[in-house]
Amino acid sequence: MAASEDPVKVVPVRHYGQWAGAVVALVLVAMLINTLFSKIPSGQYVCRTVSGVRHCHQASVWRFSWNIVFHYFTTSEVLHGLELTIFLTVVAMVIGISIGVALAVMRLSSNRLLSMTAWVYTWFFRGTPVLVQLFFWYYIAILYHTITIGVPFTDITFLHLNATTLFSSTVAAIVALGLNEGAYMSEIARSGLIAVDEGQSEAATSLGMTRAQTMRFIVLPQAMRVIIPPTGNEVISMLKTSSLASTISVIELFGATNNISANNYEIMPLLIVASLWYLIVTTVLSVGQFYLERRFARGALRTPPPTPLQRLGRDVRGIASKFRTRRGAVGVAP
Amino acid sequence: MVEARGVHKSYAGVEVLKGVDLTVVRGEVTCLIGPSGSGKSTLLRCINHLEKHDAGELRVDGDLVGYELRGAKLYERNDKQICAERAQIGMVFQRFNLFQHLTVLDNITIGQVKVKGVDPERARLKARELLARVGLDAKERHYPSQISGGQQQRVAIARALAMDPKLMLFDEPTSALDPELVGEVLDVMRDLAASGMTMIVVTHEMGFAREVANTVYFLDGGVIEESGAPADVLGAPKSERLRGFLSKVL
Ligand SMILES: Nc1ncnc2c1ncn2[C@@H]1O[C@H](COP(=O)(O)OP(=O)(O)OP(=O)(O)O)[C@@H](O)[C@H]1O
Ligand SMILES: [Mg+2]
Repeated sequence: MAASEDPVKVVPVRHYGQWAGAVVALVLVAMLINTLFSKIPSGQYVCRTVSGVRHCHQASVWRFSWNIVFHYFTTSEVLHGLELTIFLTVVAMVIGISIGVALAVMRLSSNRLLSMTAWVYTWFFRGTPVLVQLFFWYYIAILYHTITIGVPFTDITFLHLNATTLFSSTVAAIVALGLNEGAYMSEIARSGLIAVDEGQSEAATSLGMTRAQTMRFIVLPQAMRVIIPPTGNEVISMLKTSSLASTISVIELFGATNNISANNYEIMPLLIVASLWYLIVTTVLSVGQFYLERRFARGALRTPPPTPLQRLGRDVRGIASKFRTRRGAVGVAP
Repeated sequence: MVEARGVHKSYAGVEVLKGVDLTVVRGEVTCLIGPSGSGKSTLLRCINHLEKHDAGELRVDGDLVGYELRGAKLYERNDKQICAERAQIGMVFQRFNLFQHLTVLDNITIGQVKVKGVDPERARLKARELLARVGLDAKERHYPSQISGGQQQRVAIARALAMDPKLMLFDEPTSALDPELVGEVLDVMRDLAASGMTMIVVTHEMGFAREVANTVYFLDGGVIEESGAPADVLGAPKSERLRGFLSKVL
């Protein structure tokens, strides 16, 4: 067919379903914003005298008590709680990841005793609720007044500690959360190690690398690509699980807001304070996860995924070019 | 350089190598041919101790692979000694096995730095030299996934050469390549052979074997069926099995 004189207009497919969905979503968002920032009568009257006449009207307050939320948002009690929450999360995750990687390597070892030990560990810590484990470590001093490390069945000892002072509530929380996390991380690390092609360690071995070097320089860095996304989830999950520590009187974020509302009965505003902080930290963590993933994807993809900023730029350019093509001629029919 | 006498190897009760005898002279190229499953890879892997042979004597450069003879007893070597042995034997794999998370340059330096303790700057210098030798100096910052199969295999050869091996093992280095990429890898191997490197090459490239090999071994069913100069083995095969095999691959 010969090309016609006038360029043929191309009509893009219209997605009516998407449009309808977008409208519904927009309405729902509007409703949510409306109720979040709605006001309710406070029951108190405010009076003013203007040129000798007294005007009174009922005062209104935020339904969600934003003023109280705002007031407590940065009090030192809350900030200290937040600090402790972040501390618990970081330390428990460091312990969890270390134990997890060690367990994963043990599980994949050809030594049956090692792989069995790792399996039993995971079985035990995944099989009992983390809340129960928290209480267990908190009350461990009942079982052991002192903790002694030495050679079994002999009198030789290396270390002698008082359990009651050692297992303060914070230490108990760290131990409980960290050991529990180790079990979950071991499965994540194991799947990452398995995902690395066997040829990689074979090539490393043939260069004369020891097993430890092969693991450290070749296998683990490549396993990271598989390990990081679920580990990011684990960090975010740990951030929130750490609030369980408030049950053994650790004054982390949730413990702190709980203490405050126990005194002033402003239960909802303080729950909002805690939630907002959890959301903020989670957001920061998600951004960090994105860049970590990008870093460890090196070499795995021919072109790395764009950063959010690059994507934003691309979207803007895309929309701009769409408008340009809408107006002008699109193409010529064959 | 390599001496195999009655080497046996079984996997889970199945005997793969049933007494292999083979001699590789220093500076010569030995090609190993044979049907799939005949144990060619297994033999190569035994030579650099990626697999432990069960019986027989296997010597590289006069030393028993994986064992040490002291008095009348054989002592199994420890991990460190085995790693040191392996570092002197380069291996090139069918599927390249380049380290995916490292750039081309880092692939070639990591062995020198981590195993031989070479200073990183000197390792890079040497890596660049080797890259120039295999014709890839422009690709040093690429990741393996960003270059072609033939280029990957040439990097893999450079990676092995960076360790200054006294022996190079090639396990079907061109069988995962598109036909038009085979030539560039064989060219590099031809140069390497001309430079006097001792090489054992498992290959189905009969043209290469005929042209470059000093000796060809035909492995079938876990034993060496026939061996000799390429002109004899490939040109005038004596055994029925080799004739059958050659008629299929040529
Ligand atoms: N790790 C292993 N466990 C069990 N059997 C194995 C193992 N490796 C190899 N084999 C078996 O040993 C035999 C020889 O294998 P090998 O890889 O040495 O053959 P090959 O001559 O290299 O064949 P190809 O040309 O297909 O590479 C095959 O039957 C294979 O199934
Ligand atoms: Mg093979």
